[in-house]
Amino acid sequence: MTDAGPDAPAPDEGWNRLHPLTPIARVGRLAPALVLLLVVSNIHSKAENGTVETDYLIAITLISAVYGYIHWMVTRWRIEAGTLRIETGLIRKDSRRLPLARIQAVDIVRPFLARLLGVSELRIRLAGSGSTDGKLAYLSEAQAAELRLVLLAGHIDTEAAVSSNTGLPMASVDTGRLLASVFLSLVTIVVIGTVAVLAVLDQFEPKTAAAAAGVLAVYLLSAASVIWRRLSGQYAFIAVEAPEGVRIRRGLLQTISETVPYGRIQAVRQVEPLLWRPFGWCRLEVDVAGATSRNQRGEGTGVVRKAILPVGSQQDSWHLLARLLGAPDPERTAPPGRARLKAPLSYHFLSAGHDSAHAVCVTGRLNRATTWVPLEKTQSVRRVQGPLQRPLGLATVHVDVAGKRTRAEFRDRGLGEADQLVVELTALSRSARLRTPQPSPAADGGAAPSGWYPDPAGRHEQRYWHEGRWTEHVADGGRRSSDPATPAP
Amino acid sequence: MRRAEAVTISVLLAALFGLVFWAVAGALAGAISVVVMVALGATVSFFLRRRFRAWRYLERNEDLIVARGVMVQRLSVVPYGRMQFVEVTAGPVERLFKLSTVKLHTAAAASDARIPGLEQAEAARLRDRLTELGESMAAGM
Repeated sequence: MTDAGPDAPAPDEGWNRLHPLTPIARVGRLAPALVLLLVVSNIHSKAENGTVETDYLIAITLISAVYGYIHWMVTRWRIEAGTLRIETGLIRKDSRRLPLARIQAVDIVRPFLARLLGVSELRIRLAGSGSTDGKLAYLSEAQAAELRLVLLAGHIDTEAAVSSNTGLPMASVDTGRLLASVFLSLVTIVVIGTVAVLAVLDQFEPKTAAAAAGVLAVYLLSAASVIWRRLSGQYAFIAVEAPEGVRIRRGLLQTISETVPYGRIQAVRQVEPLLWRPFGWCRLEVDVAGATSRNQRGEGTGVVRKAILPVGSQQDSWHLLARLLGAPDPERTAPPGRARLKAPLSYHFLSAGHDSAHAVCVTGRLNRATTWVPLEKTQSVRRVQGPLQRPLGLATVHVDVAGKRTRAEFRDRGLGEADQLVVELTALSRSARLRTPQPSPAADGGAAPSGWYPDPAGRHEQRYWHEGRWTEHVADGGRRSSDPATPAP
Repeated sequence: MRRAEAVTISVLLAALFGLVFWAVAGALAGAISVVVMVALGATVSFFLRRRFRAWRYLERNEDLIVARGVMVQRLSVVPYGRMQFVEVTAGPVERLFKLSTVKLHTAAAASDARIPGLEQAEAARLRDRLTELGESMAAGM
């Protein structure tokens, strides 16, 4: 169903198509998979009858080329009355309108083949959602850059959008250090070790070695692809400060530029793997929430973990952390000595602490991980006491934030302390939550979803915003009442 | 609720095994298997009883506290403002005893505030109250 509404001024004018090379670039995305398929199937067919089969590969390529061409034929986009409209689909029509005022970030992604062909993909994210809401693949590079500016000009002034391209660099990773860091990871060492053992074995027992290689090949290949992904994904990493958040650019074959909005950070983790510790390197990761509003299908909605510094020195990491969370440095204390019995391996790392705005904890056995959690993001506070902890009089306190496994853990604290922590953290989370200035819905061009926001008049804690204006409904400490709204700002 | 489930299942199993063994190996084997199954059922329901006795909740002004567990004791404090939605479920056995389970969902997968075995009227009251409080205190992420 096309929803070309009657309100559209001139229904068939001003439509743009994607770049004519799009079908080729799309088929190109299949190339690695096809090559892998060819290699795997040839191992089999060669062993059987010594021929190389390519018929079905040609068939797959042809089908996807035809599909790609049709997709290109039916996809069109244009900018109409403050919205970007994208229409696509031959059988299942898909038409989406992206209001320019709500566009939060425009990412430009360039896969390898697309780079060769000189085209890029544009991914558009709206405010209030972390996932990609609109996608234009592919546009010519110049067109993509131009359209990006046009889209962002809607609400950020163009100057800021331009400067965000060349903003203040906060951190970068040079190739040498990236190579060294990937080399010093467990996966690489296991792969190299396995290959070395196989090579030695090959000298003495070629048959066994061949058999073992056959068995291990799949694992080695997948491990190699993990290493490769790390290397190519984080190549030429650079983090730049932008008005809306930290802008990241990275990638060897496929370059990705993405934005981590400040307000949406749920937790920051600094990981120091065992092998990196002699060099004082660490990795900084952030958990970023996607959807802001309470949506229908709750649990762990769209929280993604992103490396904001793939490898760097402690100073780099601290510098970034200060920018992200405002240099949180609560005093940390170790759990009581009897916790050593319960956690013999991790005891020397365990410590945790909190101040009025952040909780911080250190955990880990081989890899030391330090997690900072802003208390205003607390979803719940839990105290858990396992059967091993009970006889020792210990308990663990969790501060959960949105996401599947993101939390600060005050592990193995004394019972009295744990109880006190639960009370304190609950109270602090509450006051931190109330303190946080929530974005005013009026600033969003009136497009913000209906809901409770801080009262702009300041007479009450919250006021209800509905369909572009403030209502008379107000709330204080959970109690609702009525107070006429001041004229809309 | 679970206890009723365990008792029903063990009685059924006892009858079934009794019949089978009686037919296959004689009356004595049948009797023994009945005794074993009943004992198993009794043990399970004893543990479930402990587990359910330990389950308690407290509605405070700003948050809901749910404590549970015998072996692993857990206590969750969930602020109403963080609630995404409330889910009330009732399985077939629960419906038989006019009970239901209330579950509070937040954006964090780890925060579990589940209260099983509530009378249906109490579950409905809790659901309405939580929804109302959640709406009036809602905060963004």
